[in-house]
Amino acid sequence: MSSYLEANARERLALFDSFEEFVSPAQRVVSPHLAQLNAPVAFDDGVVVGRARLGAATVFAAAQEGGFMGGAVGEVHGAKLVGLLRRAVAERPDAVVLLLETGGVRLHEANAGLIAVSEVMRAVLDARDAGIPVIVLIGGSNGAFGGMGIVARCANTLIISEEGRLAMSGPEVIETANGVEEFDSRDRALVWRTTGGKHRYLMGDVHRIVDDSIPSFRAAAMEAIAAAKQGPVALTLEALEVEQHMLEQRIARFGALPDPLDVWAAMGVAKPSDVPMLDVDAFTAAANPHRQGA
Amino acid sequence: MDWNTLANALFPQGHDITEHDQFLSGSATVEGQTATVIGTTGHAPIGVEIALAQAKAILATVRSHPGRPIVMLVDTQGQRLRHRDEMLGINSYMAHLGKCVDLARRKGHRVIGLVYDQALSGGFITSGLMADACYALPDATIRVMALAAMARITKVPEETLTELAKSNPVFAPGPENYLRMGGLQAIWQGDMAASLASALADAPRTDQRSALGLARGGRKMAQPVIDAIMSGTHVRAA
Repeated sequence: MSSYLEANARERLALFDSFEEFVSPAQRVVSPHLAQLNAPVAFDDGVVVGRARLGAATVFAAAQEGGFMGGAVGEVHGAKLVGLLRRAVAERPDAVVLLLETGGVRLHEANAGLIAVSEVMRAVLDARDAGIPVIVLIGGSNGAFGGMGIVARCANTLIISEEGRLAMSGPEVIETANGVEEFDSRDRALVWRTTGGKHRYLMGDVHRIVDDSIPSFRAAAMEAIAAAKQGPVALTLEALEVEQHMLEQRIARFGALPDPLDVWAAMGVAKPSDVPMLDVDAFTAAANPHRQGA
Repeated sequence: MDWNTLANALFPQGHDITEHDQFLSGSATVEGQTATVIGTTGHAPIGVEIALAQAKAILATVRSHPGRPIVMLVDTQGQRLRHRDEMLGINSYMAHLGKCVDLARRKGHRVIGLVYDQALSGGFITSGLMADACYALPDATIRVMALAAMARITKVPEETLTELAKSNPVFAPGPENYLRMGGLQAIWQGDMAASLASALADAPRTDQRSALGLARGGRKMAQPVIDAIMSGTHVRAA
């Protein structure tokens, strides 16, 4: 049993064959802002970055630790991601692999975190522009939310598990702002079918869905690196025009529907209510004829 | 600030900007040259439609007017907080907008952001913060969220955050804090048209914000950490 969900960030590095950390915890590079709030610090500020081997490939990799402030991005955490991506541009690994688990901007470092996330976004696109594919893995219990949900969608390829979640605002935030009738954050089934891996796969926001195991994420990441090199790695006008059309069609087709179950039905999925119960193979088989953006 | 007043001050040589459902778009003349103008007004919540409308205007500019400068006028309360937006994948819409801005920059369009009223969180990260350089007016508000909400989530008393905000730019909403942290290139005083003209002429081609944050003393750790990783050495504290 090697659940990706239950592993912490450093345990997830087992999906690589070797890993050499940049700016290790021994250097004790901690957040300069948390102490004045009497909040705990971490010697890695909640993210591991370094160089790794993945089969025949050399990759640069980062893994966010959901157990530290929900994996949220502060000044140092964000700078480690930016440094990794900029070094990738200089050293040209085969890919950058980001193991995201994060609530987005770390509110304890609000303004610095917001700027940092936008720097990460630009650094991801700089890496792509340099021809280095960026692969995102999402399978931790905190999902990939907020500004990092945006960063994730700047990558070439996203791989998610059913347990993974990808979204912008958390259900609690929406419920607080607009009431329980807008989004009941305690309705776990609703939360999962709105933000979870299966919905994202059907909508075309992620490219692969895998079962919750480190070997499955490893295999999918290796395939994604090989596949990414077959097409253009950088953004192109043509690809963004296609994406524009896809996102327009999504609003036109599904924008008036109240629930993801209705969206799946509108796509033509035979038994939408069965979708949450299917294992990955059965789900993929049922989803592939209907999923968007494929 | 009313966007008409702003547009007339920014573009004395003329503009044809119009508003549709809080989305601003059109063109304007800057130093005799045509620029594309897009933006939002009325503290617009950024939902999937308005993110896509901005992206469409940028792609049309890249497609039909190579090299034409782009000015983004920012006034937003942040991303729209609705179940529908999340169901439709609002993060994908915002990422798409950010990628369109990024593509425009790489294809040689100078992109300038201006926070003329309010900038929050997700509404800012894919607009002004993706520009070559972002500026603000002195009365602008820029933040991730209000201190009261921040206090609730971080469990830090609001009085503590208010007190810290006086000395630490990390918590306070004013544009001068984003300036110190490198998130803003400058705060515009005086002649806005002249400020825009020099911003377009001087637009940096690379992301200099961490270096600016260090030089200005508002973000002292980011650049040393980036440098240490780039060079494979230890972090040198500023």
